[in-house]
Amino acid sequence: MDELFVRVHVDESEKEHIAHPNLTAFQEGWLRLKKNKAAVASLFTLIAIGLLALLAPVFSAYSYKETNYDIIYQVPSITHLFGTDQFGRDLWVRTWMGTRISLLIAFVAAFLDLTVGVVYGAVSALIGGKVDAVMQRFIEILVGIPHLIIVILLMMIMPAGIWTIVVALSITGWVNMARLVRAEILKLKNQEFVLAARVLGTSTSMIIWKHLIPNTVGVIVINAMFTIPSAIFTEAFLSFIGIGMQEPKASLGVLINNGYQVLRNFPHVLIFPAIVIVLIMVCFSILGDGLRDALDPRMRK
Amino acid sequence: MMSAEKKPLLEVKHLKKYFPVGKNQTLKAVRDISLNLYKGETLGLVGESGCGKSTFGRTVIQLYEPTEGTIIYEGREINNSLSKAERHEFTRKMQMIFQDPYASLNPRMKVMDIIAEGMDAHGVYKGQERKKKVIELLETVGLSEEHANRFPHEFSGGQRQRVGIARALAVDPEFIICDEPISALDVSIQAQVINLLKELQKKRDLTYLFIAHDLSMVKHISDRIGVMYLGSMVELTDSETLFDDPVHPYTQALLSAIPIPDPDVEKSRNRIMLEGSLPDPIRLSEGCLFAGRCPYAEDLCRKNTPEMKEVRPGHFAACHKAK
Repeated sequence: MDELFVRVHVDESEKEHIAHPNLTAFQEGWLRLKKNKAAVASLFTLIAIGLLALLAPVFSAYSYKETNYDIIYQVPSITHLFGTDQFGRDLWVRTWMGTRISLLIAFVAAFLDLTVGVVYGAVSALIGGKVDAVMQRFIEILVGIPHLIIVILLMMIMPAGIWTIVVALSITGWVNMARLVRAEILKLKNQEFVLAARVLGTSTSMIIWKHLIPNTVGVIVINAMFTIPSAIFTEAFLSFIGIGMQEPKASLGVLINNGYQVLRNFPHVLIFPAIVIVLIMVCFSILGDGLRDALDPRMRK
Repeated sequence: MMSAEKKPLLEVKHLKKYFPVGKNQTLKAVRDISLNLYKGETLGLVGESGCGKSTFGRTVIQLYEPTEGTIIYEGREINNSLSKAERHEFTRKMQMIFQDPYASLNPRMKVMDIIAEGMDAHGVYKGQERKKKVIELLETVGLSEEHANRFPHEFSGGQRQRVGIARALAVDPEFIICDEPISALDVSIQAQVINLLKELQKKRDLTYLFIAHDLSMVKHISDRIGVMYLGSMVELTDSETLFDDPVHPYTQALLSAIPIPDPDVEKSRNRIMLEGSLPDPIRLSEGCLFAGRCPYAEDLCRKNTPEMKEVRPGHFAACHKAK
């Protein structure tokens, strides 16, 4: 048997060699995201929607509130790409104005998640004990109050409009993030690499910034990406039932409400804003999923 | 090996660490352990899982606040009287190597930054010098410059453990607590890591507290061995004596469980089987903790807790019947 096997000489330095090319964290992430076709498509769709929302109303000949009773309920044509509504307003402009509102809400929600939610969760988990208990009971009280009631109560002291919705979101929008970040940090803070950092004399603030936050990024990104569609949906829902955006301001919810009333005769009024809102929500979800995988160095194949 | 007048590097006196478990209950993880460690030696600490070995190590290195007792390092008490700055400075003297090479390295940091963490925390090396020092440390543990920009998940278990060792060495410690550094590794890699630790000890005059449950590995590396049972030390002596002449019945049972790598001898190996199982560490009765499972237990054992006493010079045991 012995002669069947030949001893292979392996150089000492080769034994510890790692064949994978050496890339920066960003290059790695981008390479992995690129492999996920759906996520890349979502990213570009969102960029396109964002650009249209920013630029389309600027470069259009019409204004979102300009009425013209001669051309009510026109079907889509070259002059009015998405047609017109019951006052003859251009739906192309109004749809993209509505998208602006939705994206603004999306960014407010994401911003709140990333600031209030992350900090609240992290502080709660790190201090622990009585402070943690009080902070968690406070969250439970907030969650216990139905969202709609908060908004309706707010309407009594604030005018209906985008800022009321923003305030309503900021009362409870960050709660999920705070809970997830707390759970994640509770899990991480007794991991051996955090103990090692403490043994090495690393300060608490450095432990938070270098060990705890980077390891919660996956959870933070995915949750922010899922908060965004739910915030957009909340705005659309409030506008749809008539306590959000007020005429002549457009939001995707208001547009869908208008379209739904004339769905049988003029379906185009409903279809375009509906497509845009679905695209935004689906793309954010797929992109969030892709980003989570791309940002995690352990997911490398 | 050690003389009576030699001053200990580390003295642990009556160390206790209790954890509250629910209402009005405490888990006594470490109950009254005293020991001395001398410069340049390796003290092995063995015992079955859950006996408080790791808790003892973590309390000594100040990861846990001791419930009672004092820890004296180079003649200075370190567990109460140190100011924040002194405590920070002290982290350079005592370091730790962890059990799980997969959990002990931050997956989001490059090996360069992982190893340099101690240097950064103490602000000792910066820029080019920091890089040079990291490469030097990587070479010390048998890795090379090309590994500095890698993430931990690209390494094998043995390589990761060596990165963990390099991280501990970065602050030039005198005393290292090895918390089961080899129990998560393959046998072939275990020898590699043990030999590295021994070599480092020789070169840098390090002192180790080596926590493990693999008796043969502990025998190989340790000068003295302490045996723990349910949070107490039951026997402490130099490693040859412990293996040749164990006096505590628990140690005898433990040693009889080591398999012998010779099938003929192994067949005739006489294993001492202990009666019963490990008692619930939250609810323990009076007297010797081992009395319930000990084949030699008498009434005295069930009433009085045995003290650690010197049965022979340098050979300590906590057993009423030890002679």
